[in-house]
Amino acid sequence: MIGIEKINADFTKLFKEGSALLEKGCSAVMNVCRKEAIEQFVKLGGIPHKQENYIYTDLLPVFEKDYNVVLKYIRQDVDINEVFRCAVTDLITDPILTVNGWWFDRNICSELPEEVVICSLKEASLKYPDLFYTHYNQYASKANQDSLIALNTAFAQDGVFIYIPDDVVLERPLQIINLLRANGDLMAFQRNLIVLGKNAKATVLVCDHTLSEQSFLMNNTTEVYLGENAYMDYYQVQNQHMGAAQINSLFVSEQRSSVFDSNIISLYGGFIRNNMYVSLNGEGGECNLYGMYILDKKQQVDNYSCIDHIAPHCTSREHFKGVLDDMGVANFCGCVRVRPDAQKTEAYQTNNNLLLSDAARINTKPQLIIDADDVKCSHGATIGQIDEEAMFYLRSRGIGLDEARMMMTFGFAHDIIQHVKLEPLRKKIDSLVEKRLRGEISKCNNCMLQCNK
Amino acid sequence: MDNIIEEITGSEYKYGFVTNIETETIAKGLNEEVIRTISAKKEEPEWLLEYRLKAYRKWLTMEMPCWAQLDIPEIDFQDLIYYAAPKQQEAKDWEDVDPALKATFDKLGIPLTEQLALAGVAVDAVMDSVSVKTTFKDVLAEKGVIFCSFSEAVKDHPDLVRKYMGSVVPYTDNYFAALNTAVFSDGSFVYIPKGVRCPMELSTYFRINARGTGQFERTLIVVEDDGYVSYLEGCTAPQRDENQLHAAIVEIVVEKNAEVKYSTVQNWYPGDKEGKGGVFNFVTKRGICRGENAKLIWAQVETGSAVTWKYPSTILKGDGSVSEFYSVAVTNNYQQADTGTKMIHIGNNTRSRIVSKGISAGYSSNSYRGKVKVAKGCQNARNYSQCDSLLLGDKCGAHTFPYLEIENSTAQIEHEATTSKIGEDQIFYCNQRGISTENAVGLIIKGYAGDVLNKMPMEFAVEAQKLLQISLEGSVG
Repeated sequence: MIGIEKINADFTKLFKEGSALLEKGCSAVMNVCRKEAIEQFVKLGGIPHKQENYIYTDLLPVFEKDYNVVLKYIRQDVDINEVFRCAVTDLITDPILTVNGWWFDRNICSELPEEVVICSLKEASLKYPDLFYTHYNQYASKANQDSLIALNTAFAQDGVFIYIPDDVVLERPLQIINLLRANGDLMAFQRNLIVLGKNAKATVLVCDHTLSEQSFLMNNTTEVYLGENAYMDYYQVQNQHMGAAQINSLFVSEQRSSVFDSNIISLYGGFIRNNMYVSLNGEGGECNLYGMYILDKKQQVDNYSCIDHIAPHCTSREHFKGVLDDMGVANFCGCVRVRPDAQKTEAYQTNNNLLLSDAARINTKPQLIIDADDVKCSHGATIGQIDEEAMFYLRSRGIGLDEARMMMTFGFAHDIIQHVKLEPLRKKIDSLVEKRLRGEISKCNNCMLQCNK
Repeated sequence: MDNIIEEITGSEYKYGFVTNIETETIAKGLNEEVIRTISAKKEEPEWLLEYRLKAYRKWLTMEMPCWAQLDIPEIDFQDLIYYAAPKQQEAKDWEDVDPALKATFDKLGIPLTEQLALAGVAVDAVMDSVSVKTTFKDVLAEKGVIFCSFSEAVKDHPDLVRKYMGSVVPYTDNYFAALNTAVFSDGSFVYIPKGVRCPMELSTYFRINARGTGQFERTLIVVEDDGYVSYLEGCTAPQRDENQLHAAIVEIVVEKNAEVKYSTVQNWYPGDKEGKGGVFNFVTKRGICRGENAKLIWAQVETGSAVTWKYPSTILKGDGSVSEFYSVAVTNNYQQADTGTKMIHIGNNTRSRIVSKGISAGYSSNSYRGKVKVAKGCQNARNYSQCDSLLLGDKCGAHTFPYLEIENSTAQIEHEATTSKIGEDQIFYCNQRGISTENAVGLIIKGYAGDVLNKMPMEFAVEAQKLLQISLEGSVG
């Protein structure tokens, strides 16, 4: 308990002492939110401890390391574009790099339609005050009971800003590559804002990587606004090392007839927490959340989702699957909320888990809170092992034990991967998952900074 | 269609009468003195008083739980009477029983008299915390079965009570368990010796009568190796404007190869249509399957209470033990229910099954909250849970909060939940075949809850079905 109190005190102290640096270069909108957020953080009692939404998560080991916090951008001495190569070679994307939560100063964003804006969050906060005023912290504040999100609002200074105006369709996927690279243990904050206008369409692929062996704690919050009839296809591939901890929060605000598809693949990382908040504000909205997590060693993956059906005639589907080996711990909490007037809602939620070792642990908590009567809602959760009959079938056909297990596990995971619409990416994820399951090195093939962890 | 639902769910509470009978009460309030008084009145041994006081001191350090999906007005625990007894002492013969009391139980349709022996049910009736009459004691005694009020058990079988009381629900368990342990007044005690199948169903009927009292009863059931008992519990309360408090504890110990079936029809006064009055029902029920292949079945129909907070649970400790939980919870008007179960798998090859059906109407809120836990060393545990909610009306809520905590890779756990309303196509199908909308709704509900009602003992199944109809009268839509 003392540990947590000290950490909380350190945060408030850091905020006080660093406020000049924190506010530098950010617009007033950001800085006003900052102050409210730190107050909220204190009010909530600091780092979540025994809170319902974090009931299975002990955050102390994650926070108690002696991290450095850098409150200003440090120019990278190498061109990361040269150092880092994405593994998905045959997928042509527009890459955007961030380093330790900061917009990388040598990002090249050319060949995009003219009105599209892609730039650093800091820059955008000054250049586009109207957009900022309308959207910044409007969706994240929904999670006003989560102090980690308040912490992000208080400390985040930079990240990626994307604005796609009405009726613009992006042909190539945008690839946001979040890199962590430092000489000492580092705690970083990142904040992203993505705004899609009416009828706009975009595919966003987010890759999380670590480029050095130090311990990291990344607190990353992304807010997404989808205008009427907008469509967004969102992928996130989390591939870091055992010393990396990630708190990843995604807020989506959907307007009438908009569609949000997401696929979050947690391949590797010491501690991963994914918060997903989707609110369906307009009729005809649709949201599909898919996710997969593969754990071994002492990894921990937490998936928390909250889908809020505010308007009638919306549909949501949620399917998360996990494979747990060694001493992995996975927690899943899915909450579907149907407001009193959200009639004709359809909401489906499933969580399946495959337990491969006795030391692995799964806690799952699928919840329905329904206050409207004309709805179709269901949820299901299963925890089990590889089907013995299927194993027998494979083995009787001369397939070895390990290979048969592999095939079954891969088949289980493929259920989620098949929802990936970009074919090169799907193939790549397939092969990454296969390698991951075989225990082979999990880094991108072409990564030059193999950190052997 | 709306009208029919309203008609179906709108009926009055039948058991709302008050019995004018002299009641012996103590002063309002809760302190150590009150606990000593209760203990003295019941002529309890020293160890029990000590136990009560320990629980009370623990309770003082605890806070009222607020995690449930319930909106509970603040309860002033000092404004309650913790002991109320019908003035007449326990009667030896039915003839000696106060006629007013008799009339009460007749009104409730409880077969207390020996004439109704044919019904084959032994009854322990508890009014305002004190056991009034236990029938069939002699017949049961022949078999070695002990079925008596809790206070009698304390006097006659202190060793048994001391051994088992608090072994399943310790006083430190939760806020209401601590409160109950401190002030409990009476309840039932059942002991089935080794190898005995209890020849008849045992039943307790609870009634709160006096004004401003809380009822705190305790039930303790111990079934030795190879024993069997089916136990029924029913509850009613008079119609009053203020809220009444009921906080009970049920403890069940099931030994090797023994089987217990615990059925409840809970029909406490639910409050009126505006949500005024009604019973606050905070119950801790827990059983432990201690021996191999022990079996515990919970079956419950919950139609009453303004607020229900109740999670009958089973600890599956013995290898191969089995537990099942069947529940229908109906909420109407402004009722709130947060109910479910806990299955704690510890022994190898343990199995559990949960079937929960919620029906909400009016402005009510109905939640299922359950936990399935598989401990690390527990091999081949199996659980299947199904929680369905049926919504009748667009102002009510149905919520599901399952918690699955699995620490062993050989466990097979399934959970599924659905929420829906009665489909217009279903009604249309029935109408087409000449079934009126009202009957169709009844039919569909009966079918929906059938899985659970079939698990109730015969006498209760009939009562439960009637109850279901009454509770929903005027609310189907």
